[in-house]
Amino acid sequence: MSVAADSFVVQIKDLHVEYKTYAGMVKVLNGVNFHVDAGEKVAIVGETGCGKTTTVKSILRILPRNSRIPKGEVLFKGENVLKMTPAQVRILRGSGVSMIFQDPTMSLNPVFTIGEQMMEVIRNSGSPGAEKREVQQELAVMALRETAMPDPERIMLSYPFQLSGGMRQRVCIAMSLSTPRDMVIADEPTTNLDVTIQDQVLKLLKERVESKHSSLILITHSLGVARETSDRIYVMYAGNMVETAPTKELFGEQLHPYTQALMRCIPRLSGGGVAEGIPGRIPNYLTPPEGCRFAPRCPHAMERCRSEKPEFIACGNGHMVACFLYDEKGGC
Amino acid sequence: MVLRWLQRIGVYFLVLLGLSILVFVIARVIPGDPARQALGPRVSEETVQALREKLNLDKPLFTQYVLWFKGAIRLDLGDSLLTRRPVIEDVRRYLPATLEIVLLSAVFMAAGGILFGIVATKYTGKWQDALIRVLSYLGIVSPPFVWAVLFMLLFGYIIPVLPTTGRIAQSVAAPTRMITGMYTVDYLLTGNLAGWWDAFKHLLLPSIALMLGGMAQAARLTRSNMVENSMKDYIQAQQAYGVPEKKLLYKYLLKPSLIPTISILALDIAAVFGNAFLVENLFNYPGLSRYGLSAMLNKDINAISGVVMVFGLIFILVNILSDMVVAWLDPRVRLMGGADV
Ligand SMILES: Nc1ncnc2c1ncn2[C@@H]1O[C@H](COP(=O)(O)OP(=O)(O)OP(=O)(O)O)[C@@H](O)[C@H]1O
Ligand SMILES: [Mg+2]
Repeated sequence: MSVAADSFVVQIKDLHVEYKTYAGMVKVLNGVNFHVDAGEKVAIVGETGCGKTTTVKSILRILPRNSRIPKGEVLFKGENVLKMTPAQVRILRGSGVSMIFQDPTMSLNPVFTIGEQMMEVIRNSGSPGAEKREVQQELAVMALRETAMPDPERIMLSYPFQLSGGMRQRVCIAMSLSTPRDMVIADEPTTNLDVTIQDQVLKLLKERVESKHSSLILITHSLGVARETSDRIYVMYAGNMVETAPTKELFGEQLHPYTQALMRCIPRLSGGGVAEGIPGRIPNYLTPPEGCRFAPRCPHAMERCRSEKPEFIACGNGHMVACFLYDEKGGC
Repeated sequence: MVLRWLQRIGVYFLVLLGLSILVFVIARVIPGDPARQALGPRVSEETVQALREKLNLDKPLFTQYVLWFKGAIRLDLGDSLLTRRPVIEDVRRYLPATLEIVLLSAVFMAAGGILFGIVATKYTGKWQDALIRVLSYLGIVSPPFVWAVLFMLLFGYIIPVLPTTGRIAQSVAAPTRMITGMYTVDYLLTGNLAGWWDAFKHLLLPSIALMLGGMAQAARLTRSNMVENSMKDYIQAQQAYGVPEKKLLYKYLLKPSLIPTISILALDIAAVFGNAFLVENLFNYPGLSRYGLSAMLNKDINAISGVVMVFGLIFILVNILSDMVVAWLDPRVRLMGGADV
């Protein structure tokens, strides 16, 4: 890769994450490799349960208590998040990375006003003057106004239950960019919204992120959404990133058999699981397959795929794939 | 908003009315002649008949109730057959003693329940959590009179550090002026600190015996709601925005988690009045509950109705108070008039 590693806002190296459950350790992330450039908009696409949320939560160190990270690194601007001191974590969360959650009906505290919650976010941002109430108030109203919401002052005084789902998600977008951020993470921000407003909210998110020069990670089930919003796409399967390429390039040519299968499913834009058309199911994380986790479902699986895990290889034009059908010498 | 409160007050009034009819009838249909019981077996039938007439017992049940009701709205609850005083005067004398115990109990219950709930949440899965859980089960399964007996044994006889009978020690004079009727308050108002300390010590064992179950329940509920809410997206989101841990716990997580606790506390505090019947007797504590129990045993009909009505009224006040606290905590209740979330 030509880009110097320190221009990455976020880089994840060989990340393994496990959850402790009653049935035993589920080994969810299996060596995730991932990066985002400054100002880049990246989409992560993959079917439900493949570990998208787990991946991004590790960036903010908000993984559930029953999680464990046996191996791997998560770098924010070159600094290992997993080894940060509490003070560094506070800066990371306060002004580095913000996250928009999947379900807007659940992601705002029900017993505090929008204003109280937005002002709390600004207070912890460490921006100049952020400890003053007037500054918090002013920045919050400004952020709401930038999302084209009518009457921001009234919204500041409202409780979440008084707003529609679409308005709440706008509030979350406003909140995530109320002070400057290096990166915004949006975890399926539109799946729980009415279809008619999904598009508006996505456009708004894209427009806000661009005008603030932030990077974006957008998690989605839908290749269609990824195509409209992102510069580059990661395809994720069962705890691994299996392919990445600039958005145009990926829609032109898919290398990984899983991505190829995904693309064949696109015409059914029903919003269901992306892998509906692919025979088989995502593997059980308690006893995941050795080697490539897609092998049991892969029409091209070879002997080697069942014993050895494929790593990313570069195929030019920023296209990378983790599959033994392609070899290091550029045989993509 | 105002309409809703009026509606609710209307309902409460109906509840009180129904309650008054119920006790009135029950007090009269259970076997035994109140007049005969009050006067004893050796008094002549004429004298007993005269008392029956004085009590209106010779009139039809409906007329009796109307007469009682007319008195009750003027706060005249009739005379007690046992103490020969107006029931309302007995209420005035004994209620403050019971209120004192119940109020202290309620404070301990709420403060302890919420505090232990928070500690258990903070140390989820650690030994502190396990210890609080075991103690809570113990608190929930043992009824108050068991604690009362245990405390009397333990602190009255084995390590006699706390008084186990009455409101104040024999050597201590009652408050010089009765202002509220609650000794601890009156001692403070008259500046008698030694008296206050003695009265307070007398309250400790009964009020603790009465509140352990409720406290345990409130702690369990607070913990389970806090743990459940801590996994909700909004807490994770606020954590992800760098809200300091303490503020997250004590402000943003506690407030939404307390709502069910408040409702259960209201029920448990109301239950304390019921349990006080036994506990006041065990501690030989001259409160309204003990008075009510002896009224029932002696078929003192006016006293029975009076005590039940007073407790009914208090139940309702406790409920109104808890509704107000919940409305204050939960904007959905405050602004929409009810929440199912
Ligand atoms: N706290 C947890 N304890 C145990 N298992 C968990 C926990 N959180 C997630 N998992 C498991 O880890 C796997 C990946 O979960 P994750 O939420 O990262 O998937 P996802 O790709 O975001 O899915 P979705 O598209 O449904 O949001 C799933 O199998 C899930 O059941
Ligand atoms: Mg997810």
